[in-house]
This record gives sequence, C-alpha cells and structure tokens, in this order.
Amino acid sequence: MKPPPFAYRAPRTLPEALAALAPAAPGTGSDTGGGGVGKVLAGGQSLIPLLNMRLAAPERLVDINRVAELDTLEVTGAGVRVGALARHARVGRSAEAAAVQPLLRRALAHVAHPVVRNRGTVVGSLAHADPSAELPAVLALLDGSVEAASAAGRRTIPAGGFFLGPLEPALLPGELAVSAFFPALPPRTGTAFVEIARRHGDYALVGVAATVTLDAGLRVAAARAGYLSVAGVPLVLDLTAACAGADAVSGGGDWEDAAAYARERVDPESDIHASADYRRHLAGVLTGRALRAATADAIDRAGEGR
Amino acid sequence: MSTRMFGEPVARREDPRLLTGRGRFLDDLGRDALAAAFVRSPHAHARILDIDVTGALDVDGLVAIYTFEDLPDQVGAPLPVLLPHPALTHGRTARPLARDVVRHVGEPVAMVVAADRYLAEDAAGLIRVEYERLPAVVGIENAEAARDLVHDDVPGNVGAVLLQENGDAAAAIDAAPHVLEFRLAIERSASTPLEGRGVCARWDADDGSLRVYTSTQASTSVRAAIAARLDLPAGKVEVVAPDVGGGFGVKIVHPWPEEVLVPWAARLLGREVKWAEDRREHFVAAAHERGQLHDVRVGFDGAGRVLGLDVRIRHDHGAYTPYGIVIPIVTSTQLLGPYKIGAYRAEVVSLYTNTLIVTPYRGAGRPQGVFCMERTMDRIAGHLGLDRGEVRAANFIQPDEFPYDQGLTFQDGRPLIYDSGDYPGLLRKVRDLIGWDGFGALRAEAAARGRRIGVGLGCYVEGTGVGPYEGGHVEIDSAGRVHVSTGLTSQGQGHQTVFAQIAATELGVPIADVHVTTGDTRRFGYAVGTFASRAAVMSGNAIALACRKVRAKALRIAAEALEADPSDLEITEGEVHVRGDRSASVPLRTVAVLSNPLRYAFDEQTAAATQFAVGGSPSEPPVAAGDEPGLEGRDYYSPVRSTFAAGAHAAIVEVDPDTAEVRVLRYAVVHDCGRLINPMVVEGQIHGGVAQGIGGALYERMVYDASGQLLNASFMDFLMPYATEVPHIETDHLETPSPLNPLGVKGAGEAGVIPVSAVIASAVEDAEGLRVDAMPLSPDELFDLRRRAEHDPALRTRAVNGP
Repeated sequence: MKPPPFAYRAPRTLPEALAALAPAAPGTGSDTGGGGVGKVLAGGQSLIPLLNMRLAAPERLVDINRVAELDTLEVTGAGVRVGALARHARVGRSAEAAAVQPLLRRALAHVAHPVVRNRGTVVGSLAHADPSAELPAVLALLDGSVEAASAAGRRTIPAGGFFLGPLEPALLPGELAVSAFFPALPPRTGTAFVEIARRHGDYALVGVAATVTLDAGLRVAAARAGYLSVAGVPLVLDLTAACAGADAVSGGGDWEDAAAYARERVDPESDIHASADYRRHLAGVLTGRALRAATADAIDRAGEGR
Repeated sequence: MSTRMFGEPVARREDPRLLTGRGRFLDDLGRDALAAAFVRSPHAHARILDIDVTGALDVDGLVAIYTFEDLPDQVGAPLPVLLPHPALTHGRTARPLARDVVRHVGEPVAMVVAADRYLAEDAAGLIRVEYERLPAVVGIENAEAARDLVHDDVPGNVGAVLLQENGDAAAAIDAAPHVLEFRLAIERSASTPLEGRGVCARWDADDGSLRVYTSTQASTSVRAAIAARLDLPAGKVEVVAPDVGGGFGVKIVHPWPEEVLVPWAARLLGREVKWAEDRREHFVAAAHERGQLHDVRVGFDGAGRVLGLDVRIRHDHGAYTPYGIVIPIVTSTQLLGPYKIGAYRAEVVSLYTNTLIVTPYRGAGRPQGVFCMERTMDRIAGHLGLDRGEVRAANFIQPDEFPYDQGLTFQDGRPLIYDSGDYPGLLRKVRDLIGWDGFGALRAEAAARGRRIGVGLGCYVEGTGVGPYEGGHVEIDSAGRVHVSTGLTSQGQGHQTVFAQIAATELGVPIADVHVTTGDTRRFGYAVGTFASRAAVMSGNAIALACRKVRAKALRIAAEALEADPSDLEITEGEVHVRGDRSASVPLRTVAVLSNPLRYAFDEQTAAATQFAVGGSPSEPPVAAGDEPGLEGRDYYSPVRSTFAAGAHAAIVEVDPDTAEVRVLRYAVVHDCGRLINPMVVEGQIHGGVAQGIGGALYERMVYDASGQLLNASFMDFLMPYATEVPHIETDHLETPSPLNPLGVKGAGEAGVIPVSAVIASAVEDAEGLRVDAMPLSPDELFDLRRRAEHDPALRTRAVNGP
C-alpha cells in the first residue's frame, strides 16, 4: 500500500501545467526526469488509492493544486462552468449553481462522504470516467461538455463523445480537462437523482438521474434519464415515448412503461455486490422513482414560474 | 469502602488521550527503524520452483532479502499448533516463510528489509518467484469432495472430527411427534480491526536483550514464543503491546510469521526493524472466521419442547490450524444456549481449504451456534403455529435450576456447567423493550401504508472468563500513586477505567490516583491474554485480590502508627483512619514510606523512613521475618471453570418491497453479565458488538473465486457497516451475579455480536414470509429468494407468525 516511484511536478500556472503534462520529447529542453506518461493529480480521491495499491504506475504526477486559475466556478444563464480545481463541496454548496442547474447539487449529495467531497473535484470525477460515478451520468444526461487543453491548444469535447469506456475518457496524452460545462435547466423542467448503494456513500449498484419537462398544460412533454452502473459508460435514455402526455398533476401514472423501457435497454454486469438481473430490476424501480420525483419537481418549478 | 467506584458509569479515562491523537500505536513507534515488507503468494496453491532476487538488488536503500533458505532451523520451523486437541488428528501449520508449497494467497514467501517501506515494497516487487500452480480447494463442499488435497498427507482434507453427545439424539428425534430437517449456512467474515497487525523490534547488543512491540492480544505468550525461536532466555525478551487499535480475536494468534521474522532480523542486522501490516495484507494474510455449514435435525413435542437435536457442522478452517479447532468446539457447545435440550449430538468435521486461516473473531463460533439454535426455535414455532417467544420460554432452563450441567465438555476442557442466570427474565425484558406484544398492530399499520416490517428475536448464553489464570500486581508509592498492572492486553475495551474502578473501590483511594498498565511483560510476566470475554473476570478478580493483600498490609502498618487495631481501620480517599472517625489518620503515601525502611534519604519523605528515623525495636530487624519492604501485593485468579453470561436481542426491520433493501428500524438488547463494574463501558461493548453483528448479518463476506483469489480485499468491497448502517441500540441490563468469583462478574466483550445474524434473519423472515437459511443476506440475495419462492412453496414459511 505504498505508491511506486514517480516524478512529481507542482506547476503554478496553466501553461506550466500543460508543459509538465506534455509527453517529454528528447532534446526539447523541457524538464527531464520521469518522462513518458504524466497523470494529473487534483483531489486525488481515486488516483491516490490506485497508486497505493500499485494498480497505476504513472511516471510523472502533475499536481495542479497550486494552479489558481483552475479553481473557478462560473454561473451564467446558460449554465454552470466548473473549473478543474473546484471541489465537490464547493459546487454542491453554491446556491447560484443550484438555481441554474439543480441536478448538480442533487447528484453531488450522493458522491461518497463529506471528507471525499471536500477534496475531490467535479472535473476529476469526470476525467476518471468511472461508469459507477454520479457526475459522468449527470454530464451525459444534460449534454454538457468538457474543455480540454494541451500545449497544442484547446478543444471542447461533448459529453456524448467524452466517455469512451470504463475509466477511459476521450483525453489525449498531454491533455488536461480544464473545465466542465453543465447547461442550464430549461423552463418547466424538474430533476431528480436517486440511487441504491450497499452502504451510505458507496458507489451505486444503480443510479438514475432524470429530467422531466412539462408542457403548458402540465403534461409530460419530455423525459430523459441518465444511468450509472448499468453499462461501461453512462447510459442516457430518452423516455419521452414511454410517458409523454402523462398528467403530471396527478402524479404521472405508475411509470411502468418507462421502467420497462429502461429494463430492456440497460446492459448491467454481475459483480460481487449485485447480479445483472438485480441491477436490471433496480434500473426499472429507480426509473419510476426518479421520474415521479422529477415530475413533482417540475410542477413545483412551473408553479414558481421557472 | 466509601470511595465506591465499582458499578458507576465512569467515563473512559483513556478516551481523552486516544481521541486527541495522543495514542501510541505500533506504527507511531520506531520512526528511524528499517522497514520490512513481504513478498506474498499470489496463488492459492502452488509449488515454489525458484526465487530470483537479482532484480531487487539494485534498489537504493535495500538492506536484506530473506527466503526460507536463510532461516536457521528454529526460526524456519513450522509455527506451533497453539491449542492441540485430541480430535485434531491432522493439525498443520505454515512456516514463517514458505519452504516449497504455498497454500493460500498471501502466504509469506520472502522478507525484504530496506531503509523505508516504499523502498522495501519497490524491492519486493522486483523479486521474481516462479510457481507451478496446483489445484486450489475452495469452499466446504469442494474440501469435503476432496478431489484435490490441500496437504498431501491429510486425506479427505479432514483436519479434525469431533463428536459432542449427551443422550441418544437419534432415538429421541425418531420418537418425537414432530421432526424438521434443514441446512443453515454462515459466510466468512473477519475481525478487521482498524489497526492491522504490526511488529517493531530492537536488539540491544550490549545487554543481549530484545525489546519487541507488537500489536497483540497476548504479549506474554508472544515473548515465550520469540524467546524459544531465537534461543533467548525469556528474561532477555521484553514484549510490549502498545495502544492497540482493535483486535476482536485476530491478534490472539501468535506467533505470527512476522512476530518471529522481524525480531530475528533486528538481532541479525543489529538495527531496529519495523513491519506495519497494510490493509490488503490484513485481508489476505491475517485470519478470517465464521464460515460454517450446519445440517440440523430436530425432534419436538406439540408445545415446542425440543426432545432431540442432531447437528452436523462442517467447518472451513482454511489452509492451516495454528489455533486448533476451538471455533467449532465453541459452536457445538454454545449452540445449546439457554435451553434444556432432551438429547443432543453434534458432529464437527473441520476441513482444509486453500484460503486464509480461520481463527476466533469476536463471538468465536457462538454466532454460528446461536444462528442454528434460534433458527431452529423459529422453525419449530412456524411449524406449530406458536409464538416464537413462547417456544423459547418452553425450553428455557429455569432460574432455580442453577448450576445447570449441559453434560458436555466446554472449550476450556471443563464440564459445561452454567453458574447462574435468569433466562425467562431476559426474554420478558426484551419483549417489553421492543414491544413484542403490540407488534401485530404496528405491522398492520405499516402494511396499510405499503410498508413491510417484521420483528425478530434471539437468545444466547456465552461462556466467558475461561482460565487458566490471570494475575494482578498493585503497588502504592510514597506519593500515594497506586500502580496496577496485569499481564493481559488492552485493545480499546476500557481496561484503564474498569481496573482502576476495581482498585479504587478495593483500596478506598480516588480513581485519579490509580494508574493501570496492561500487556507489558516488563511490568507483569505471567498472563494468558485477552480473548473469550475474560479480562474483567480474570484480571478484574486478580487485581481485586492483589488490592486486598495491599489493603491488609496497609492497615497493619497504619495500625502501628495510629496505635489501633487493624480491624478497626478503614481507608477513605487514600487515608487510613479508625472506622467512623477521621480525626486521626495516616495517608497511604505515608504508609508506603513506613513500609520501606531505607538506608539513604533522598528527599524529605524518605528521610522519615531511614533506619535512623524509624522508632522500631533495636532488637528486631527493620524488615521483620516473613515481611517485605514496600506496599505492594500480587495475586492470581484461577477459576475452576467459565462463568456464563446471557442475553436476549430483538429487532424490527423494514424490507423494501421493490428493492429488497433491509433497514433495521429498532434494535433492543437485554444483557446479563453478572455484576456490572461500569454500565457505560458494558453498553459501549454491546454497541460495538451489535455493529459488528449487523455487518455479519447484512454486509460482510469474504468473496473467494474458484481459484482461491479473494475478490474483495479492500474496504471498498468488503462492506464493513458505517455508522449510517448501524441502528440506534436500546439496552437494558439484568444482573445475576456469578457465584464463581469474588466480584460476581461475567464477561461482556463479545456478547453484542453473538445473536445478531439470528435476530436479523428472524426479523426478515417475519417481514417477508420467506425462509432465511443463510447469512449474510444482501438485497441481491433477497431479491433472488423472492423470485425463487414464486415457484417454490418450500421457501415460504407456513404463515407469518408471532405477535
């Protein structure tokens, strides 16, 4: 439970960080020692255990904790942009962020425990691309994006293209995820986040993030759900066809069609904590619960003119 | 005794120190020590063909690498079978480093010593071991099938066959009006203390002596083992248990391979060497417990009285048997619980598998036995349509039937005779506490709101305070400080508090003046260890007896000073005075001075005690024949047999109809450990025990795959419950003093964990109307059980019965 040897860089500016991350080319004069693959250290809540168990052996750690320009949280009418150093706790506490995109706060409450949220970062969780984690499912459901920078330039990666596989983000060697963007919630839309974990704060056996949008007559106009722990990447399902037109005021019915739709489309695996069958069953149960809660939330928001 | 602390809820005196980070645990010691790390087998069963250390030799800071070939005979010899038993016909133990065959993942193969742990692990990672893999035996059924053998010379993988018998169970069952037969299973779990094992050893070449700190539950016995292995006189080996961050049984095993190898290397290298176990090592290289299968056959009458009981117990003891077969012995005897069983037969088959060794974990076989008996009681109630509490009551040993001889031999080799108890009283209290009689209405009310709840019950008897002995030493110094020491160790139980309460009460001194030392061979050399809920019974009584010796001497000396008769004296707040009259008194610190005639005065107080100052008779020696200088006393307590605590637990659970999640809504405990020394400490022990019990019932298991790899060797995947999973625990006490010891106390350490799996199974079964035969029970498994029960009526209970 001790990490293998690694070189350590602690840059103070973004350009320095990107230089430190850049694959060291021989003869470039860039700092030497621990060339080869670099790994970003932000909150360290996933990386450090991996190092301690010697499951990861990066040649170089680039600690971005001193790069102040990454410690940002920008909220506009368009959405919430979270910088690479913004901790879960800070984002979760932000009333402005919650007003523009309430799902963020709802999901963050399920991320591990307070001590982890005090240190771990939202962008770090996305870059870790664990399909059992809450934030990738939220980013995917909301069609958000990740801003990546490298010594060569910047690009925006839409959520749909960011999660390539388990623990496999679409970041290239030398690229740093500098921020993530969570779009604002549309009008007459409610959100919910539900999950089942074996213990409080554990990775979910199954989790569902949902958005439900109502029409002017308070009937369900659109319903979408993002699933965690049911596939190798966050799964987003458009459930609109299974529940459109449902009367939100009366609770929207039993949501069984949507639950059945979800059960048919999730593709969970069995592991030591739950069988695939049980996870599939939970995906259905949680689909109903999430849609019910999101619909109730949508009515509340519609009533408040939001 | 006016300074009465015994029985008071005194706040734990050790907590301010421990809770503010001032504890000294193993890894806090030896900051400049060399670090040891181990190369451990990645295979469950394999032959070692070659060990190539070449790649590791270039690591900066490497000091030494040792394999079996490097060990002298006594160091490399197989570790002892600590508890030999006639039934253990095929006991086998590992060597500190594997010689040719490894038999479980995690078995040590090589030891690396380096400047620090990081470098030691780097070097360990560069050692190449070539293995020839052998077939792994995993699981009780595979062990019994014996297609492959764990040890070539152990046929059938059978380490032991043990029979416990009282009467003709088969005949009694055959003649009974009702007979049921079923199988019950308990999964593996483990003690998992937050602090793992650890050893730090320092060789003093000038003195030819060794000091060893080890996170152990048995420091004196570790000393004996190290002395024997390293060919040192015991007097040249000091073993100290520093603050120990939990033991729960796993640290009673000794000597661990590391407890032999680290001191050996320290002497060889002439350097301090330390090894602190990490979490992954603890999962694969310490010990597990609990895994057992039980085939039960029971005959009973129409009132639910058991006429005959036959249990076949198959116990998985892992790859080796260093701690013998004490677990299934305890299961097979303690299974009887508070009940009078007509005729009884238990057959234990103890089997080798290619998994980690199995040694006692808090409860030590009792949770399995109680699960068997309490599930049996529920089955009988279900079969007869009777209230589950009434069936238990029909079988109870009555309060006027003590001492009650169960007709078996207990784990201490003595007859299984219960000393005292009030089992109907326990049941009555727990029914009241949980609201058993009103539960029907509560259930209906919940059901009307779509909620599914159930209530469960479990009773147990726990043999505690097993011998052979413990000792206590008490000394009052010339400042009035009372130094109490006992050889057994502490792992957080509150010994600093309860032993001080006993001493303060016996001596009549303020508790603040009492200083307690445990588990340090420098202070007390004879001890057995902390296990089997024995510390309060064994050391508590030994300390009380030692205090009584000191008190008698203090009164004798003070009587001379006060010109009074010793029998007229008493001690209050550290001052000796005539009973009921404090006008003339002599403080104990002065008595201590008077007890020790000195040649030299080094301060004002001792000046009063020099041979020139004392006014004794010039014709008598300053220390009378048969007397000793100093105000101290030593005594031992050695009981004829164990004392039997008991309890009853009840729980209300809620089961989610959709997700099959189980939530414990209420948990009630009524506990009887004889006279309470400190009810707050007892309740703390119960809370911790129940928390571990909830873990065993709903969360914890050791998931081995078919090749013998442990798949959940981390706290991420081994689901120890958090505070969020442990319910509020409601407690009540009953006190039936033990007639066997001077203080009338019984053990309390393990009680909380013992019946929890039985109680939760009972409650879930009650809520679901489905048979619960195996624990732990995960939501996934309950979901699966529901689905199977749709097609298999045998999985349904006859009716939801009880209140």
